[in-house]
Amino acid sequence: MGIIMRIWKSIILYLRYASICVRSAMQYKLSFLLMIIGRFIIAFNEFIAIKFLFSGFEEIKGYSYGDVLLCFSIVQMSFTLSELFGNGFKVFSGMIKRGDFDRILLRPCSPILQIIGNHFEIGRTGPMITAVITLVIGIRTCSVSWNAAAFFTLALMIAGGALLFIGLFMLGAGLCFFSIEDTSIINVLTYGAKSHGKYPIDVYGRGILRFCTYIIPYTLFQYYPLQYLLGRTTQWRLAFYPLGIVVFLALCYAVWRIGVHNYKSCGA
Amino acid sequence: MRKYYLFFKLRFAAGIQYRMAAVTALTTQMVWGLMECLAYKAIAESSGNMPMDYSAVVSYIWLKEALLALFNTWAADNDIFGMILNGDISYELCRPLSVYSMWFSRTAGGRISEALLRCIPVLACAFLMPYPYKMGLPVSAGAFLLFLLTAVLGLGVTIAFCMLVYILCFFTISPQGWRMALTGAVDFLSGNIIPLPFFPDKYLRIAQLLPFAYMQNIPFRIYCGDLAAAAIPSAIAGQVFWFAALTLAGLLLWKKAEKRVVVQGG
Repeated sequence: MGIIMRIWKSIILYLRYASICVRSAMQYKLSFLLMIIGRFIIAFNEFIAIKFLFSGFEEIKGYSYGDVLLCFSIVQMSFTLSELFGNGFKVFSGMIKRGDFDRILLRPCSPILQIIGNHFEIGRTGPMITAVITLVIGIRTCSVSWNAAAFFTLALMIAGGALLFIGLFMLGAGLCFFSIEDTSIINVLTYGAKSHGKYPIDVYGRGILRFCTYIIPYTLFQYYPLQYLLGRTTQWRLAFYPLGIVVFLALCYAVWRIGVHNYKSCGA
Repeated sequence: MRKYYLFFKLRFAAGIQYRMAAVTALTTQMVWGLMECLAYKAIAESSGNMPMDYSAVVSYIWLKEALLALFNTWAADNDIFGMILNGDISYELCRPLSVYSMWFSRTAGGRISEALLRCIPVLACAFLMPYPYKMGLPVSAGAFLLFLLTAVLGLGVTIAFCMLVYILCFFTISPQGWRMALTGAVDFLSGNIIPLPFFPDKYLRIAQLLPFAYMQNIPFRIYCGDLAAAAIPSAIAGQVFWFAALTLAGLLLWKKAEKRVVVQGG
């Protein structure tokens, strides 16, 4: 009973944080609107690029235009969700530098909750508009027979992707504890996957496919469940591969925990 | 001796900071370039006829990564935006110099120095890539000279456009959002996301009417031999025209903006 109460309280607190962030963003309505539009256009460019490229050919390694759009929108959606909820980890190095993390540790409340709650940035949802548009076009033009199982797989892929990216952001934040050097190299793994994950990963060849399975498990939410979704295989267990990302998330969390335990404030 | 050692250590530690930033930038650009090369490889294998040769696409991608600092429109000089927002602009106005020329030259200097620093490691790696992903040499010595000429002109067009973006900041309170929208669109139309030859004909004709096709598109395609020799003179003429037109527009807009500046004291 106690644990349920604690989770419930955390959720209430998170929602309160989020609503404060939303209200503060709404103080600058025009700025907020332009941010959304700006981010929407940048993501929309990527969609137009795929559309233009596919005007010259029918398919890429056996994936049709609709298949690629579906993949693109899944990755965009996961990334946007992870940025919305995990944005705090992205700006974490600044919090350490300014000494804000010391204040957070003093409060009788989970540090992660405070970090992610404080940086719930609704302005980052612009790419979601593009992702929804491409998802609709993708669903209508790709070679999937849409039934409950397909939608379930799709939802699991998006959720798994979001968790994977949150894990990477958390890993990047955790590295700040171990190194005073620039840790933005982690961006290659996050932004890189966002921009290049628009194609199913096997398009890039075997080497990249291995890297994206054994080093950073992108294929668990993208390539493998996609094979099932597109009906290229009848192995239904592939649809449950995104669940494996929980293990990856746990590893990232472990790095984070070790970092927090070894954290020494330099006085602020 | 110990204090000299400490000085050495201090400077070395500071240097390592920058080295890490350089390693990060290089890694990012190599990963980006390689992933794009692999994607176009898959496209080339899946479709019989690409609008550009695969080797030309590879050179185009590596040039784009190496000279990113020269031609991108999104990384404008943040100091200038800062000056406009925090009011330091008044000091700039006090100087007996043309603000337009001053900002133009500082933007050019910043871009060229950054590009020189960044392009050497990226190009070195790009030339050392294994065969199909290896950057090619320019198709001829003449093409290389024309590449240099059009790169300078393209840089001029790019900066003249960035100047417009700076000056437009005088007319709005929150420049971030629309700057993002504008530069996002330019990014696409200048061939930074996909090379212009991959555009469908109808859209290619529209894109070629805009100044953005005269930035990186021309020098890169001359380098890799994709732009036909007959089309080069008109391309250079287009660059000169847009450079003049954007500079003129910038100067006129600056006249207007200058009148609007109200220094609140302080």
